[in-house]
Amino acid sequence: MKRVLPNRHLTERIGFTAITLMAILTVLPIVAVVIYILFQGLPAISLGFLAGFPHDGMRAGGILPAIIGTIYLTIGTAIFSVPLGIAAAIYLSEYASDTPLTRTIRIAIINLAGIPSVVYGLFGLGLFVIFLNFGTSILAASLTLSIMTLPVIISTAEESLRSVPQAFRTVSISLGATRWQTIRRIVLKEALPGILTGVILGLERAAGETAPILFTGAAFFLPRLPQSPFDATMALPYHLFVISTQVPEMPIQIQYGTALVLLVFVLTMNLIATVIRSRARAKRQW
Amino acid sequence: MVDKITIENLSVQYADGTESLRDISLGIAEKAISVLFGPAGGGKSTLLRCLNRLNDLTEVKAAAGQILIDGQNILDPQVDVIALRRKVGMVFARPVVLPLSIRGNLTYGLELAGEKRRTKLDEAVERSLKLAAIWDEVKDRLDDPAIALSGGQQQRICLARVLALQPEIILLDEPTSGLDPISTGKVEAALQELKKEYTIILVPHSVQQAGRTADYAAFFLQGELVEYGEGKTLFTAPKEKQTEDYITGRFG
Repeated sequence: MKRVLPNRHLTERIGFTAITLMAILTVLPIVAVVIYILFQGLPAISLGFLAGFPHDGMRAGGILPAIIGTIYLTIGTAIFSVPLGIAAAIYLSEYASDTPLTRTIRIAIINLAGIPSVVYGLFGLGLFVIFLNFGTSILAASLTLSIMTLPVIISTAEESLRSVPQAFRTVSISLGATRWQTIRRIVLKEALPGILTGVILGLERAAGETAPILFTGAAFFLPRLPQSPFDATMALPYHLFVISTQVPEMPIQIQYGTALVLLVFVLTMNLIATVIRSRARAKRQW
Repeated sequence: MVDKITIENLSVQYADGTESLRDISLGIAEKAISVLFGPAGGGKSTLLRCLNRLNDLTEVKAAAGQILIDGQNILDPQVDVIALRRKVGMVFARPVVLPLSIRGNLTYGLELAGEKRRTKLDEAVERSLKLAAIWDEVKDRLDDPAIALSGGQQQRICLARVLALQPEIILLDEPTSGLDPISTGKVEAALQELKKEYTIILVPHSVQQAGRTADYAAFFLQGELVEYGEGKTLFTAPKEKQTEDYITGRFG
């Protein structure tokens, strides 16, 4: 019997080591990507690159139109998806009872999240660009990205609304509040950090997508800034795709520089979401 | 004695059809403490939540009978429930302060009722905190989050929050069940003061508390009202065998 103990210790140590190694292994690719892009892209970064227009068939100059375009698309997506997503989440969490209708809505949302992004692109082309006649434009691309982003916003917002203790609602109602007053003054306020996190994560995905804007709003090359929501626009992810595959004799520096800018854009949004979440968690006392 | 509330033949069912209260008729005296007591599952909380229509939020339906407050049947669908809930305040078993400052908790109901004048709000805060016997403990930190207070203090904040609305009736559902004896004493003392102005209905957390506080007492057992009478009489010389058995601790 005495021999069992050291064996157990050994098994445990091997197990722990294996798990630790796997944990490190999962982080490794992400860290490697960031470091690699940073080192390859950093030499390309300059004021002229960030604030200049592309020229010589995009083989020289800057990527300002793509940066501005991605910002426009992100804002456009937010305008449509944030109010709609939060409203839907409020309905599902606060008003909807368990009926066939709400069950259908939930199933639809879950399925919406699983659709490949290129399908959204084709749908946007059919509905917004052609049928509604918005043309290849920021508007059509933003709407397409909004549909893709909605499931993320709805499900995270619903989850954070549901995490607000039921007792707050009961107490508020007992003090003469209506349901909506309760939601506006207590529930939404408490759920806001969680909702914001979901919003940012959803928008971050929208900012980095290529397929949904491919047919709906992205311009191959547009040496000026878009003037209205009905203009097409360059965008960072699509620009990266173009200069990596479509333009011969492309200086590799510009490719990595563009990738770095896109990466920083998305990671900054991620960082903001993380900060909001951790600050709210520190403040929360229930 | 004048009855503030008259409950007539009230029966209440859950959505699945099980009865929670069966044919209850009861008069609640004005400006006195009426105690509803009995073992768990007797329907006391359900009755309390009928009085401010908080059962509207759940799957509980008043099946028959009526509840008259000042002569008006409050179970009538036409009744303005918001106004009713301002008139009939409620303190819950677990102190639930809203995620606001102490002041914010106190003014919450008044602001919803449309009161914007700072002086009125400040007056209400001071008056109701004094009535709930917690003014001295919090007067210097009204803008601190209410959640930072102790459980006993939070429960008195909850009482003050109800008083700020100047209700006529106060419902208390085991308000001291989570409190230490000292905090419990403070709450009970506050209730003794409050009954001069308010009609109070208390579901106590023990028979002892029922005996200490009751001007009038009603004993509930499995959805039925077994006995009702003046507190002194009921706790010293109960008429019903079941009441006596419960009070003396033979079951429960």
